[in-house]
Amino acid sequence: MSLDSGDTIVAVATANGSAAVGIVKVSGPAALSIAREVTHRELPARQAVYNGFYDQSGDLIDRGLAICFPAPDSYTGEDILELQAHGNPLILDQLVARSVQLGARLAKPGEFTQRAFLNDRIDLAQAEAVADLINSSSSDAAAAALRSLQGDFSKSVQLMVQQLVQLRVYIEAALDFAEEEIDFLSDHQLGGQFEQLTHLHQQVCARAKEGRVLKEGLTLVIAGAPNVGKSSLLNRLTGQDSAIVTEVAGTTRDVLREHIVLDGIPLTIIDTAGLRDSEDIVEQEGIRRARAQLEQADVVLKMSVAGEPSDLQLDVPIDTPALKSLTVYNKIDLHPHFCCDNESALLVSAKTGEGIDALRQAIKHIAGYEKTPEGAFMARRRHIDALDASRQNINEAWRRLEENDFPELAAEELRLAQRHLETVTGEFTSDDLLGEIFASFCIGK
Amino acid sequence: MSGSTEQYDVIVVGGGHAGTEAALAAARGGAQVLLLTHNIETIGQMSCNPAIGGIGKGHLVKEIDALGGAMAKAADLAGIHIRTLNGRKGPAVRATRAQADRQLYRHAIRKIVEQQSGLSLFQQAVDDLIVENNRCCGVVTQSGLHFRARAVVLTVGTFLGGTLHIGDVKQSGGRAGDAPSNALAARLRQLPFRVARLKTGTPPRIDGRSIDFSHLEEQPGDMPRPVFSYLGSTADHPRQTVCHITHTNEKTHEIIRDNLHLSAMYSGNIEGTGPRYCPSIEDKVVRFADRSSHQIFIEPEGLDTNEVYPNGISTSLPYQTQIDYVRSIRGFENAHITRPGYAIEYDFFDPRDLAPSLETRHIAGLFFAGQINGTTGYEEAAAQGLLAGLNAARQTKSLEPWCPRRDEAYIGVLVDDLITRGTAEPYRMFTSRAEYRLMLREDNADLRLTEIGRSLSLVDETRWASFCKKREMIEKTRDSLDGWFLRAGSEDAQLIEKHLALPLQKDQKAIDLLRRPETNIAKMADLFPQHFPSADPMVLAQLEVQLRYQGYIDRQLDEVKRQQRHAETAIPDGLDFEKISGLSAEVCQKLQQQQPATIGQASRIPGMTPAAVSLLLVYARKQRVSSAEIAGDDAA
Ligand SMILES: Nc1nc2c(ncn2[C@@H]2O[C@H](COP(=O)(O)OP(=O)(O)OP(=O)(O)O)[C@@H](O)[C@H]2O)c(=O)[nH]1
Ligand SMILES: [Mg+2]
Repeated sequence: MSLDSGDTIVAVATANGSAAVGIVKVSGPAALSIAREVTHRELPARQAVYNGFYDQSGDLIDRGLAICFPAPDSYTGEDILELQAHGNPLILDQLVARSVQLGARLAKPGEFTQRAFLNDRIDLAQAEAVADLINSSSSDAAAAALRSLQGDFSKSVQLMVQQLVQLRVYIEAALDFAEEEIDFLSDHQLGGQFEQLTHLHQQVCARAKEGRVLKEGLTLVIAGAPNVGKSSLLNRLTGQDSAIVTEVAGTTRDVLREHIVLDGIPLTIIDTAGLRDSEDIVEQEGIRRARAQLEQADVVLKMSVAGEPSDLQLDVPIDTPALKSLTVYNKIDLHPHFCCDNESALLVSAKTGEGIDALRQAIKHIAGYEKTPEGAFMARRRHIDALDASRQNINEAWRRLEENDFPELAAEELRLAQRHLETVTGEFTSDDLLGEIFASFCIGK
Repeated sequence: MSGSTEQYDVIVVGGGHAGTEAALAAARGGAQVLLLTHNIETIGQMSCNPAIGGIGKGHLVKEIDALGGAMAKAADLAGIHIRTLNGRKGPAVRATRAQADRQLYRHAIRKIVEQQSGLSLFQQAVDDLIVENNRCCGVVTQSGLHFRARAVVLTVGTFLGGTLHIGDVKQSGGRAGDAPSNALAARLRQLPFRVARLKTGTPPRIDGRSIDFSHLEEQPGDMPRPVFSYLGSTADHPRQTVCHITHTNEKTHEIIRDNLHLSAMYSGNIEGTGPRYCPSIEDKVVRFADRSSHQIFIEPEGLDTNEVYPNGISTSLPYQTQIDYVRSIRGFENAHITRPGYAIEYDFFDPRDLAPSLETRHIAGLFFAGQINGTTGYEEAAAQGLLAGLNAARQTKSLEPWCPRRDEAYIGVLVDDLITRGTAEPYRMFTSRAEYRLMLREDNADLRLTEIGRSLSLVDETRWASFCKKREMIEKTRDSLDGWFLRAGSEDAQLIEKHLALPLQKDQKAIDLLRRPETNIAKMADLFPQHFPSADPMVLAQLEVQLRYQGYIDRQLDEVKRQQRHAETAIPDGLDFEKISGLSAEVCQKLQQQQPATIGQASRIPGMTPAAVSLLLVYARKQRVSSAEIAGDDAA
């Protein structure tokens, strides 16, 4: 991993979601020049100026307040630019992207505060708070990054990394094992592998930019045996009579979706068919669809009736970073003295509304939304930046190989490409690479 | 206790490649040095295959040379078949490799050692260390002699506690023919170091007279002949010879498969981990069953001996099977084996117990270098030896140790890899281990290190003068070229079009033209001597590389700068990582175990997350601030 500093960082400083005003903060040596480029004017120190914010071609992104805080009298002790725009995530994303274009990089979680600390702008007593912030916000950011991508998208990125490693294996082997009889570079596979990788890369980039992969907010699936009250809970949470509720087990046959906003967090709630072995083909199909929903979900509510035995089989891995779960016991109005061993289980009544507030809090908590400074847009921007940078490296690597230029330069491009993707997928060391080489070829004397 | 007690600054134990460079570096660094070895005749002995250099390893040799070390000089004096590997690839991965005459090599090293002032030799095996208050103050030899010193460098790794395997025959021993250093191994095991076992193998040696070379592929050395040392020339080289290449075949593989159960490695007799890059022939046949043949380099052991080293067929099969499979190979039909191949298991000390200076963390004044730290190869050993010897000498003078960074030298990569990651197999250098590969080249080892070496008093007057001249010529020529502007249609442009077939479409800087791969700098220097204050091939080659790599190097330098900013922030000694709220148990355990000295080191421990590093940084800062407050020190 790397420790970057001394450069300029940018982030959306307001919590993601509802706010009417959104703030983008830039800190570091390039902040003032970014200010000039974005506002098309010189900004006075420490004065809010109402002005336009412009993109690369001079088109207006938004209007709002811009404030400059020159070093050292600023929060971080460095030059700071603050842009207050409308709270629309798309606008904020554009402002961040523009700053990146102008030389900033995306801030790591807690990095503003960390800089403030390292530049002696906040005192020792606050160090603990900094530590907590770094810690909690980086795990939240990780969760946000996961949430920002559909499952198949992140699978494509993984696949891309695998292909990249395969290519590096060939090229690094050619460099470090020149005496082997295998001519790694002229191997006809290489061109094909590059083509595949570039193709996949284009697809992934295009999709990431379209924004189709972006999921604002959370997807919550209510799962449970028939008749436990899933549809009733949906109605309770949405405050509408969206779903049909009857005392017949197996009422819900298809997937039902409702969007609500929970304290500023956009939430998609999905009601599903009760899971059971069924002879009915329509119901069977509904159950199949219910299970499929789980693959896309962020949170699953495992629902059963208080005081009744349940053995819910979800058939997907839960309580992973990608899919968390809450255990919910319904109908406690019928069993007011019910208690269970699982302390984190939630006891509710869809009918009377008892326990529903606690359930709402639990949903927000498990999603890490209580304190996340970084929303899905920031996370997506991070991915897009990494993808763009790695694509340039990959193209350049291929050009050099095709032109029979020095292969170690192609190798360097691919190393950098992988470093960029590591920000999405995690670290891969040179020893891992050697391991792949030895596993792939019979090498050595 | 018998005999007198002599006092030295630095004692080096072991006369192999690590030991000799350590003793020489310590002596050059101004220390009074004693080199203790069980046998003076084996000083500088190449105990495995007779070759120096290769990809990654050649880089190390050039660095040792740039710092005034002995290995490159000896390799020039002993090289009987010298090549540049990767010659057609770019400069960063080009590497010098020589087959060396064992005897010439040993003589060359012995001579350098004997001529070094401040360095004495003594022949006697070392059985014990003198340790007082957790500080190593000397050694005790086999016959009870006491030698005291302010620092001790141990380089006795050639198979500490070794066990040899040939088929199911097992015997304790060091390198075939040498006694293992068992007393010392036992003593070291009592000290608080973590010990583990490694494994490696050797091929059977063959009498060259019994080989039919007539049908074998011949591999000559390169012309013009590469030279190892910056101060060397082809005039240093002895008579040159050729190598040969042959191959295993289906029959060979069949014999090996049929006898696999007799192999020490396959019958479960061996527990140590062998190197992935140097598989035994058994491994090759089993793991890559689809290959019907494997290459064997037949390396001569020297000019005055008939013995050859068939590189590529190391084994732990029984002697009879070795004869059978060797004789199935083309050219070896009547081969006579002079020494059977064997596998060997040996102890090494977990290098994560070392500081970046190569001093052990548990016992002050005690340094480890070479195979004892889990590395393999003469070059890796010599590089560590030089560093350990230098730092031992510096410690006796109360000077800060020199710990080269990963972007400065392969030596830095080697030590950093070892002390932060440890190793699970004999560690060998590869260029892919160096993230700053494009900056760490053979061709610029002197430009990277000689000036540092001079300030560490490792580099003598002759080398320094010659280096300064070269550097000045490079700078002068670069300045001249920087100021040269080419106009389209000018006389210069016509000359270039005529002689280099490069039409100039527009006005441009000469430097930009030279940056293009199709421009030949030597021809340009021929055509325009007025713009080239020096046309020395070394100077031209250096400029060519700098121009071709420039964009990449600038990027790497940026990366280095960014990493550097907090990397050297010290983590206070004895920082209780468990007190840092927010570190995961796993990360915490790793930090407790490894006790990284700096933030940079911590960040390279496998499994560290960016968040964990940030936390550490905050705490390191906090600790520093609070101790300054306690001391009432407000100088800033
Ligand atoms: N007493 C009580 N009854 C409830 C509660 N929640 C739901 N019910 C009743 O339980 C029955 C089933 O409710 P549904 O919401 O249709 O259950 P479901 O889990 O969606 O059932 P299927 O769609 O058939 O799988 C209805 O008669 C509801 O009125 C509750 O909290 N208390
Ligand atoms: Mg229902």
